[in-house]
Amino acid sequence: MSVNPSDRSIRVPILTRVEGEGSLVVKLRGRTVQDVQLVIFEPPRLFESLLRGRPYSDVADITARICGICPIAYQMTAVQALEAAFQTQVPGEIRALRRLMYCGEWIESHTLHVHLLQAPDLFDLHSGIELAERFPDVVKRGLRQKKLGNALLEALGGRAIHPVNLAVGGFYRLPKVAELAKLIPEFEWGLEAALETVRWVASLPLPEFDRPYDYVAIKHPDEYAIIEGDVVCSDGLRIKHTDYEAHFEEIQVPHSTALQSRRIPSGAAYFVGPLARVNVSRDQMAEPARRIADEIGWQTPCYNPFHGIVARCLEVVHAFAEGLDLLRSYRGGTLSRQKLQVRAGTGCAVTEAPRGLIYHRYEVADDGSIQLAKIVPPTSQNQAQIEADLRVLLERRMDESDAVIAVECEKLIRNYDPCISCSTHFLKLRIERE
Amino acid sequence: MPERPKLAVMKFASCDGCQLALLDLEDELMTIARAVQISHFAEASSHLSPGPYDLTLVEGSITTPEDRHRLLKLRADSKYLVTIGACATAGGIQALRNFADHDEFMRAVYARPDYIETLATSTPVAAHVKVDFELRGCPIDKYQLLEVIGSLLAGHRPRTSTESVCQACKRRGTVCVVVAQNLPCLGPVTHSGCGAICPAYDRGCYGCFGPTVQPNTRALSDQVLLPRMASDQAALALHGINAYAPEFARGGQRLWQLAGLPKPLHPSLETSLDASLAASSATEPASS
Repeated sequence: MSVNPSDRSIRVPILTRVEGEGSLVVKLRGRTVQDVQLVIFEPPRLFESLLRGRPYSDVADITARICGICPIAYQMTAVQALEAAFQTQVPGEIRALRRLMYCGEWIESHTLHVHLLQAPDLFDLHSGIELAERFPDVVKRGLRQKKLGNALLEALGGRAIHPVNLAVGGFYRLPKVAELAKLIPEFEWGLEAALETVRWVASLPLPEFDRPYDYVAIKHPDEYAIIEGDVVCSDGLRIKHTDYEAHFEEIQVPHSTALQSRRIPSGAAYFVGPLARVNVSRDQMAEPARRIADEIGWQTPCYNPFHGIVARCLEVVHAFAEGLDLLRSYRGGTLSRQKLQVRAGTGCAVTEAPRGLIYHRYEVADDGSIQLAKIVPPTSQNQAQIEADLRVLLERRMDESDAVIAVECEKLIRNYDPCISCSTHFLKLRIERE
Repeated sequence: MPERPKLAVMKFASCDGCQLALLDLEDELMTIARAVQISHFAEASSHLSPGPYDLTLVEGSITTPEDRHRLLKLRADSKYLVTIGACATAGGIQALRNFADHDEFMRAVYARPDYIETLATSTPVAAHVKVDFELRGCPIDKYQLLEVIGSLLAGHRPRTSTESVCQACKRRGTVCVVVAQNLPCLGPVTHSGCGAICPAYDRGCYGCFGPTVQPNTRALSDQVLLPRMASDQAALALHGINAYAPEFARGGQRLWQLAGLPKPLHPSLETSLDASLAASSATEPASS
């Protein structure tokens, strides 16, 4: 078999600074990109199967274990879907505490990604530890913000990773006023620090890369949507979250243990995550976040995925600002959990995980046991969009060396903060040129 | 200055939460990075060095043939190999498949299960290679992790408590949720390390740190669980995050039997589980 002189084969081991592991296979023939496959082979853990037959009260504890970085996203979506199945509404003060809790997870997850996972790319460094040698104060400030996100999760949930306090109907126990009040001065510092972080990120040269995206996020009439809302797309689609499965479907591809999402009926890829959210709801962010976005002259709509780091930092400002309001207004409460009418039924919910929209649906039997679980994590939804972006990147940078292309592909993937454990998995980068 | 010890963090089937515990040591992370050379930690650094490593932290359980091979090589490359968390130590929540029809589990999630190569079982690291130390928990406690790293680098065995959650709960000053609230609780048989969080949040312990040394799961089942819940629900309580930890595995099977719903273990695991059970019942509880 003759080998075309323009054929090249590139292999790069393990995509790093992402959660979980996977690989990328790129096939090039001459100047044509033949195939791009984000190969997710994190061994499947089969959550949807192992939930069946278990009591509804187990679901939050078990689905948390899908992802150690964003357990609240799984727990919150699960308890709200089950509350929908039992036709239960939680009172306003519980809802406020849940938003507060989610702010903690956004802070923890976003500051981790910004400082330890993504920012090193902007200086061609290998890690946040190397970044800390160059910018000790920036990384120190970032880690202290991260610690505050975790401190909030510990106060509300008992611990930061796989918290134990969220229950169907509310919380197992409401926090004491003093447990939250002690965080107020810390959050005052955090808000100022988050603003400084935005200014720092705005001073960095971010790569140019513009693409026409369909941004999908949830939207709420009265607030920057985190725990509930309609599902909207930047192309004008607006649907009730209960219609999610009529507009988005998951398909299985041979190269991945994660299912991939597409829009119905177009089959098009779409984009979820902080950049999608800020594009869709910038005007609903807390005032300090809007003000700093204006101050740095950041334009929306923004179709550059490398600006995800800006969106993430703006959301950290939002989370500290809203978190501070919620901490200050907390007066304690008497009812920690709404009484449930356990019955047979189906319920679904959407929330905004740090990495983007997450959807859960459960069918429950009359004894409260789970009959069916469907879980759509954000990274499954972004997977097709990541592959589409990689095609464009490859077409534009085909003439560069394999090593450079590989690094650039990784950087592009990292913009999405993919959570491969969530979507199921094992990233090695392999480029095959025929 | 002598060369710093090489640290590797490796992942198998897991949620990333236990390696995140290392990154959650916000105040100590940079000190650790100066004390050791981070040779392979894909979640944190794109600089990946091949072995040998002085200390390897292993997260996750073994669920594919490829992972088994990777683990064998990793053991050969590692001076100390420490498992971090319930997946690596006991097979994790995904070990529920060890008591189920795996093909049916796959069909429920994937339209084309034939695209995916996976084992019918999820097993702990120690079922495949020698493990120098096991750190419990789902997730692990980050300060216990710090103790493990510090101790092994200093050349002594890590000192982590093996008492039950009950003892930690008493010290925390929490009123017993079994006695005062009539809640089922796995605290008496569960390994401490979490800080007895759940009872402090008005709920029973759900065993995420796995069995303590010489747990009496039978007495727990009969005296604490069964008076408060149906036998199938009690079986599910033991068959949770640490379902394949030997004492919880067998204790849960006994309750399934009582419920008239026997859950046989995957045949390939019967012998090794009994061996683990014998080994752990020979372990003396640590004196406090």
